[in-house]
Amino acid sequence: MEVLKDIIIVLFLVGGIFFFLVGTIGLIRMPDVFCRMHATGKSDTLGVGLVLLSLMIHHGFSVNSLKLLIIIAFIWITNPTAGHIIAKTEWENDNK
Amino acid sequence: MHWLDEGGLSMRNYAFIGATVFLSMLTLACLYRAYAGPTPTDRVISINVITTKITTIIAVLAAVTNEDSFVDVSMVYAMTGFIMTICVAKYVEKGKLF
Repeated sequence: MEVLKDIIIVLFLVGGIFFFLVGTIGLIRMPDVFCRMHATGKSDTLGVGLVLLSLMIHHGFSVNSLKLLIIIAFIWITNPTAGHIIAKTEWENDNK
Repeated sequence: MHWLDEGGLSMRNYAFIGATVFLSMLTLACLYRAYAGPTPTDRVISINVITTKITTIIAVLAAVTNEDSFVDVSMVYAMTGFIMTICVAKYVEKGKLF
């Protein structure tokens, strides 16, 4: 049972880090501001969700898991909002 | 119960330590875009990505070191990073904050 838990934790962790890697490569290699935001805005949100989900499985049913769930919900709300505001900033600067 | 007391590392501790090191290297890679970005908006995007990664690193370190209070630090860091991104984006757009 413990080994099964380890395997699930490592699987979620590797998935989250893969999405972080994809976002970073997109941030460095993409040619435009909007393309860079397209690469980072979604993959980072999913990476945070997967890594913190693996930490929730590690902590079990406790207060720490509730706090990690709050962090996941907060980042899932605020990261698209920040992306929207940054895109609006670039759009206004281009059309000034 | 700390992992040093058990006389060895289990599989998930190795995974968490490796994840911490790898995420730190990715943060350094993101710093390149903050240094070389042609427009200020690129730097704002880079700040946002670095903040998200550091929130995750602190949450993983809470599991590595068995410090429960690091989770609170991670939560506060997420909120601070969001406010920082909003403020810098507004400043870039308008030239003033309010």
